[in-house]
Amino acid sequence: MKKLLFLGLFGLMAAVTYAGGYRVSLQGQRSLAMGHTGVAVVNNAELAFFNPAGLVYLENKINVAAGASAVFSNVKYQNSEFGLSSQTDSGVGTPFYLYGSYRVNDWLTLGLAAYTPYGSSVAWPTDWAGSHLVNNIDLQAIYIQALASVKISDKLSVGGGPIYVNGSVNFNRNLNRTLSDIEGSRANVTVDASGVSAFGWSASAMYNATEDLRFGINYRSEIMVDAEGGDATFQNVPNSPLTPFQNTQFDASLPMPAELSVGVSYQLLDKWLFAFDYNMTYWDVYESLDLDFANDQIPDSQNPRNYKNSATYRFGMQYLANETVTLRVGYYFDESPVQSGYFAPETPRNDAHGFTGGLSLHVNEKFSIDAAFLYNRYEEVNESYDYYTENGQSVPFEGTYKTSAFIPGLGVTYKL
Amino acid sequence: MKQYFKYIAILALGIVSCEPEFDNPVDKPGAYSNGEADFTRYVALGNSLTAGYADNALYITGQENSYPNILAQQFEKTQDIEEFTIPFMNDNAGGLLLGGNQITQNRLVLAVGEGGSPSPQIYTGMQASTEVGNVLQGPFSNMGVPGAKSYHLGFSGYGNVQNIATGTANPYFARFASAPNATVLEDALAQNPTFFSLWIGNNDVLGYATSGGTGEFQLNNLDPSTYGPDDITDPNAFAGIYQQMVQVLSASASGGVLVNIPDVAAVPFFNTIPNNALALDAETAANLTGFFQAVSQVFAGGLMQQGVPEEQAMTLAAQYAITFNEGPNRFIIDVEPSESNPLGFRQMTSDEKLLLTIDRSALAQGYGAVSLSPQVMQILGALQQGQMPTQEEANTLFAAVNGIDDEDALDEAEIANVRQATSAYNASIEAIADANGLGYVDSQALLNELAEGGISFDGGTITSEFASGGAFSLDGVHLTPRGYAVIANEIIDVINSTYNAGVPKVNVGTYSTVTLSNDVQ
Repeated sequence: MKKLLFLGLFGLMAAVTYAGGYRVSLQGQRSLAMGHTGVAVVNNAELAFFNPAGLVYLENKINVAAGASAVFSNVKYQNSEFGLSSQTDSGVGTPFYLYGSYRVNDWLTLGLAAYTPYGSSVAWPTDWAGSHLVNNIDLQAIYIQALASVKISDKLSVGGGPIYVNGSVNFNRNLNRTLSDIEGSRANVTVDASGVSAFGWSASAMYNATEDLRFGINYRSEIMVDAEGGDATFQNVPNSPLTPFQNTQFDASLPMPAELSVGVSYQLLDKWLFAFDYNMTYWDVYESLDLDFANDQIPDSQNPRNYKNSATYRFGMQYLANETVTLRVGYYFDESPVQSGYFAPETPRNDAHGFTGGLSLHVNEKFSIDAAFLYNRYEEVNESYDYYTENGQSVPFEGTYKTSAFIPGLGVTYKL
Repeated sequence: MKQYFKYIAILALGIVSCEPEFDNPVDKPGAYSNGEADFTRYVALGNSLTAGYADNALYITGQENSYPNILAQQFEKTQDIEEFTIPFMNDNAGGLLLGGNQITQNRLVLAVGEGGSPSPQIYTGMQASTEVGNVLQGPFSNMGVPGAKSYHLGFSGYGNVQNIATGTANPYFARFASAPNATVLEDALAQNPTFFSLWIGNNDVLGYATSGGTGEFQLNNLDPSTYGPDDITDPNAFAGIYQQMVQVLSASASGGVLVNIPDVAAVPFFNTIPNNALALDAETAANLTGFFQAVSQVFAGGLMQQGVPEEQAMTLAAQYAITFNEGPNRFIIDVEPSESNPLGFRQMTSDEKLLLTIDRSALAQGYGAVSLSPQVMQILGALQQGQMPTQEEANTLFAAVNGIDDEDALDEAEIANVRQATSAYNASIEAIADANGLGYVDSQALLNELAEGGISFDGGTITSEFASGGAFSLDGVHLTPRGYAVIANEIIDVINSTYNAGVPKVNVGTYSTVTLSNDVQ
């Protein structure tokens, strides 16, 4: 039954930004409950994402972990000078993961993973105050990865494998702040590209210093998703030679930045486990979101982003309450990659404090249900995007933003 | 498992209480103050500028961007208000139908011609569908009536459909008058407004000005029922009517604002075609100078033939020896023939205005200068050889002068009439505002600012430059949504200082300017 439920959820593959940039850190309920730590934790098949090197240390021959989260996230915008206010209505995103590992022999475990580490779904009210920057965006990327985990010794293992990415993007914004057709309907453009493929890899290592102390390191490569020949559809453009916007194709590149994780875990008195992870996401590759339109009459759209590399500090704790219940809590601090003056409302993110908790119910020896929740706390922030221009003049889009995110998630762990 | 569902229920509760909240939300009561003003029922009175008229027509998006509607949206940020109702047109084409026949033109749009240059053209992309006879059920908060003069607001029958054909009723008011004999003022008062704005009097001078001063300045005639449509209202008549209206409006309202009348010189309708647009090369300039020298000589000769002493004849004829230079020259304008100017033409003076509606292709073909027919050339040739022209030839020569007609220009005397009336109206408006404790909005100063350098906003500078400046719509008299937003901000400033309020302004840069369309014939 549960499996069927989760399969149903997989059908709604949408992800909502709630972490820095469009990184969606929801790659395992057990890890998430512990502040999304896991690079140095050997727990279940979630290792396929957090540290494939650790898969080889799993006790069972076959390990499966699957789950999905429901992202309830809203952003409010206001500008007190003009009395403007808007709120996103982004629906519920459901990022998911599905991991499996199979122990071939004592030193080799193979695995497969599918997960959604990047994505964004933000829908502002159409024609809102910032509609010249974005009305709505839906960015999805599914990572599918083949894995190998090799035990070098009881203390050291390495792992990794190639990643195939299938991505799609749908983005709509108004052409500028005022252009309308005869009926006053705002001229806008939708860019849509789907089925965009790209490749990357990850590599990791795990070191068990003692029975209780583990270290881990994981690196996932940057993957540049190049959308070529996507559809650009213009709507409500006045019938005038002065506005030569016709439906055309576009090329654009969006980076899925590289991420380095290092961490340590320590087991205390059998029942307690403490974990600390440090993530560095190499966002500086995201300099500009540029749309290159095939039609030469249509000026290319250049949108500086100028992200900076950002770190996340994660802490988690696990307590084995009894044979059936494992409890977890965690906290993380997530730095925003967005620099001041580049605060674009399609990824309106500032620094976040993440508070997590969750539990596993071990239904039987093979099967567990994993539940986690995440509450993200954001400070109210006065910010602007200064790189929109009219007639060569910069027209900053300014205001106050406040974000909230509440993300419950459910998963299963199966081992054989 | 029950326990598990309990946890889920707790999580669900968390979601509900998880809306982001600002420390000082702008969309909650108390964010902005209405001060001593009560905007619960705001009623706007006025003419086309109040209705949101633009591009020579009234249409839906123009009405939505009228300054009263902009104001009402900002008032709503300070307190609960009743819905601000607008007698919307039926479409965005703009023309009016009466009994199925179109009686006003569709709106203007900026169309690009074959040569690639944009110009205002009548929009033909859809049929006008607003039938005047379909009277709307009011009351309406925006009582702006295009074409209304000060004395029309209290004029019974101004909204009677039956009287539109005879010109005593106004089709725009007929669309929403509560009864055929109702007045604009009565329909406004019946709403018991808590706040009002009044911007009236523009047409009391503008009808005269846009007709090129073909009407009369009705100075000291206190009876508007005797005025023609292009006459200037007597300032005392204006003051009396205005005073009475303000008195009844402010009797029950918590407050209001009175908006004064802009100067004609600030409006692109009178400023777009320069009076020195007669561009000449050296040869043509010399030819024209020669022509007018000939005119002067022939005229002097004629006078002397009639026995006028030579000195007197030469003095009188000298005014016609107009010289032209390479480059821009001021046009020739026709005037009423008089003793001092018997031929009835002269060169325009620097302050005189050409109207936007003048036939520009005619200007390029000698209108405002001379129509040189072969016959005239022949006469000129004969003159050069020292021949004396016949009376008939002299008349042909004089008739070749093709001066600008009265209805295409505002001459000095006409401008002086308009200015005299405008400043008298504005003095009355300011005094009445002061006497009643109402806000006084100096739209004249504001439009002068737009005309002289412009007003900067976050996306540039808004000016009065025709079609490209952003403030004025394509009829050259009425404003764009951006222009109306500038007015609205000025009114908000006055309200805030008069009533100790904190109404937020609007972002001018988010309001549109002229509409582009090549759906023209």
